[in-house]
Amino acid sequence: MELILAAAIGVLAASGVYLILRPRTFQVIIGLSLISYAVNLFILAMGRLRMDAAPILDGANANPADYVDPVPQALVLTAIVIGFAMTALFLVVLLAARGLTGNDHVDGKLD
Amino acid sequence: MPFLACVLAYALQGRLASGAVYVTGGVAALLFLVTLLLFPQVSAGDALVYRIEWIPQLGLNLTLRMDGLAWLFCVLITLIGLLVVLYARYYMSPKDPVARFYALLLAFMGAMLGLVLSGNIIQLAVFWELTSLVSFLLIGYWYHRGDARDGARMALIVTGMGGLALFVAMLLIGHIVGSYELDDVLASGSTLVDSPLYPVTLILFLLAAFTKSAQFPFQFWLPNAMTAPTPVSAYLHSATMVKAGVFLLTRFWPVMSDSELWFAIVTYTGLATLIFGAAAALFQRDLKGLLAYSTISHLGLITTLLGMGTPLAAVAAIFHIANHATFKASLFMVVGIIDHETGTRDVRKLSGLWRFMPFTATFAIIACGAMAGVPLLNGFLSKEMFFTETAEFHPDIFVNYSLPIGATIAGMLSVAYSIKFVHGVFFGPPPTELDRVPHEPPALMRRPMELLVVVCLAVGIIPGITIGPFLAAAVQSVLGPDTPYYSLSVWHGFNWPLLMSLLAMLGGVVIYVPYYRRFRDVDGLPLLTRFRGQRIFERLLLNATNKWARSFIELFGTQRLQPQIFIVVLLALAAGVAAGWARMGNLPLPESFDPVLGLVWLVGGISAIAAAQQAKFHRLAAMILMGGAGLATCITFAWLSAPDLALTQLLAEIATTVLILLGLRWLPKRLPVPEDLTLKMRLRRLRDVGLAVLVGLGAALLSYAVMTRDAPLGISEFFLANAYKEGGGTNVVNVMLVDFRGFDTMGEITVLGVVALTVFGLLRRFRPAVDSAERPEQQRLLDGSADGQRVADDFLRIPSLIMSWLFPVVILIAIYMLLRGHDLPGGGFIAGIIMSLAFILQYMARGTRWVEERLRVLPVLWIGWGLLLAMLTGLGAMALGAPFLTSAFAYAEIPLIGKIPLATALLFDLGVFALVVGATVLMLIALAHQSIRRPKPAGSAKPREREGLAKWN
Repeated sequence: MELILAAAIGVLAASGVYLILRPRTFQVIIGLSLISYAVNLFILAMGRLRMDAAPILDGANANPADYVDPVPQALVLTAIVIGFAMTALFLVVLLAARGLTGNDHVDGKLD
Repeated sequence: MPFLACVLAYALQGRLASGAVYVTGGVAALLFLVTLLLFPQVSAGDALVYRIEWIPQLGLNLTLRMDGLAWLFCVLITLIGLLVVLYARYYMSPKDPVARFYALLLAFMGAMLGLVLSGNIIQLAVFWELTSLVSFLLIGYWYHRGDARDGARMALIVTGMGGLALFVAMLLIGHIVGSYELDDVLASGSTLVDSPLYPVTLILFLLAAFTKSAQFPFQFWLPNAMTAPTPVSAYLHSATMVKAGVFLLTRFWPVMSDSELWFAIVTYTGLATLIFGAAAALFQRDLKGLLAYSTISHLGLITTLLGMGTPLAAVAAIFHIANHATFKASLFMVVGIIDHETGTRDVRKLSGLWRFMPFTATFAIIACGAMAGVPLLNGFLSKEMFFTETAEFHPDIFVNYSLPIGATIAGMLSVAYSIKFVHGVFFGPPPTELDRVPHEPPALMRRPMELLVVVCLAVGIIPGITIGPFLAAAVQSVLGPDTPYYSLSVWHGFNWPLLMSLLAMLGGVVIYVPYYRRFRDVDGLPLLTRFRGQRIFERLLLNATNKWARSFIELFGTQRLQPQIFIVVLLALAAGVAAGWARMGNLPLPESFDPVLGLVWLVGGISAIAAAQQAKFHRLAAMILMGGAGLATCITFAWLSAPDLALTQLLAEIATTVLILLGLRWLPKRLPVPEDLTLKMRLRRLRDVGLAVLVGLGAALLSYAVMTRDAPLGISEFFLANAYKEGGGTNVVNVMLVDFRGFDTMGEITVLGVVALTVFGLLRRFRPAVDSAERPEQQRLLDGSADGQRVADDFLRIPSLIMSWLFPVVILIAIYMLLRGHDLPGGGFIAGIIMSLAFILQYMARGTRWVEERLRVLPVLWIGWGLLLAMLTGLGAMALGAPFLTSAFAYAEIPLIGKIPLATALLFDLGVFALVVGATVLMLIALAHQSIRRPKPAGSAKPREREGLAKWN
């Protein structure tokens, strides 16, 4: 299980990094999204992997050891929402830049 | 206290433009009187101290401290300030903005008083900076003139640099002594000199004093500062600003001067400045330039005296400070008068003014005599003391001879330039090159100058009565109880100093005669004109700010994003490898293999790689593939006990996809052109692939290494144990978001709101590129196929009906998610995005126009109310005495639904919900609206009238 997730994080990160190094704005957006998947999974993995241990408490006297670490989850939840906002902002900046410069190169000019 | 009054006057000043002169003069006079009245207390020998505590823990207090030395300076500052104000009243042209002038003058007076009255050395450094800043403004007062701007800038850079050095020096002194109070520092005896930090401190300290007092090699800013109006020069460059440096030297003289280093640096810097200034003064054609170099020279004299380290020399220094201020201020005023009446300051054009302005000439001659050190004038007395000190026997043979000889040479030169001033301006044939006939200035303009000259005479003839007690008080404050005996009388009998004086007089005449015959038209010191400090400074400045900076940017900078990202990623990778390599250890082999997750990620991984490959030419495909990777992530969240994350990820994924779909239409068409792949591009791509693979490998290794280890004990236990007890919810993640870490969430929703507004703002004036401004090809085709009938309306009839009907259902689901969020997966974010998806469904079913006509939701209001609600919930907790965002909770029975938790956190979550709905809907409709706007393409000339769609524009 760990190996699969590690490989998944690696593949996502590699694809994302390759894309943000590309010259077109759209590629960069897709790349950033892929990297944020990788990062979110990585943060989640920092709490160690457990199945069937969702941090939904069973009444008042629950045993903390029965549940997965909730801290990374709270962090990732925030990260997802911020990631969404970031993608939206980037998209609009991309559109505006495209309108202003007439092309979709990240530097605003074709080389 | 005087300083407070001055600041008060300054604040009043700006509005009273015409009365400015009276206000300024009144304040100066008042301060002068107050200072005079304080004399009995000061002369008693104790310093008056007035302290306001600011940060006593750090030793930072506002302390005003007046002792004899400060008192003497206060008198100079206020008296000459008063006279300069009177003088400026007639000097300044009515066209100049006089209000600003007087305001600055007052500010300067305040800063200067603050400087001399500082009882805290940090405060002293602050006022020091303040004098630099205000003098910058005063020198650049005629800012329409280029030379004034240059002079002001140069003065600011040089003295400002010194100010920084002073600040560090003061910190060091405070560190060594252990207190920032001046009293403690002055009482510290030889602590400073014995400290190992003494050399550093001394160098920084002297750097400050020398830059301010225009000592060699920093003398060049002073002549350039002569571009200031003459009253400013009279005030700043004779009596106050440049005296700040020697004041500083005098102030710290008792605790810092007792070392060889001090003697060597200060004495010889002073001597070099003295001779250089005097020689340069002789070769000036501009009268103000002459006075400027003469000031430099006299400051060098004072510095030399302070450097010698004997108490008597210190007495002479203090005495000369006062004397120089009086005669130099009066001479500057004379130059101002001449400039005013004749229109020039060039000594070649002037001559024989004696006949036109006899009174001015008489007083000017007396002042010049004082400058040259003619007997019966105050300059003579202090110069005599100076000669006495230099003639003292010194064991070092070099010192023994260099000092008296240097002093005598400087004395000759100063006599020579004084003669030049008098002879060149007032004697000889009547001037021929002037535009108008000069005459005596108005009496009141002359009065200040005359008063100063009378002071010169009085001090020179009867020193014991006029200045004796004041000087005694000042000297005592510096030297303490062991003040040596000194005599102020005019006649000391025949001795070495008198001989040196005589020699200087004669030598001066002897120098002047050949000079007048041969070099009178030379401007600037012969042989040294090429090495002018000003040029060196300017070249240095130009190089530092322009050439070097530019080559630095060329070497290390790039405007292009790709290399920047590449370097950043590479550095991050290197840092990660460096940190992680040694700690990697032995990785255990995987214990279990999960085939389902494996399958999910087989698909997910392929999607990601394919997305990377397709993103250039097939945007839609890339986006779908990215969605595939996102879904795999989402499944992983669900699989690994994170239901909230899975839900949020899924919904955010949908919203992102819709957003990108709406935006895709505005991007340029891009077709694969395989043949233009050059070798360079291939190489670059290969390089990027290499980096990406390395980063991926690193990330995979790192996460595997972490996951196969045991988790350290973190803070998670706390949340799990207390979520129900204190937060009142069983969904720990949600409780954390709305309660334990509510502040984070608060910040996060603020960001979301800001982003939404930014998106909206950017799109309001959206200009698509020319080639995508037309309607898309597909739409045009459909419109053209059937005349008059809109075929597009016929699409998706049945799904759109279902979607319309789903609207209330989706809203219900959203509310359900919101309410159950505290105990089960759900919450404000999830509910918010679901709600906005309901709106998106309507867009898809009915089209943008239809929805916009019926939409009653104002997203901006939702954002505002959401933020406000979240904030008020937090403040409510504060009002009840708990920390910000503490929640209270109870359970309530609601018929039909059952028991639900009613925490104030629910209110907070409601705020989050409202904001997320508002933000998401705002972004979506702003983007969707672009398709029905007819925006003008970028580059077209006039904005077109928009018809009736102002609501979303």
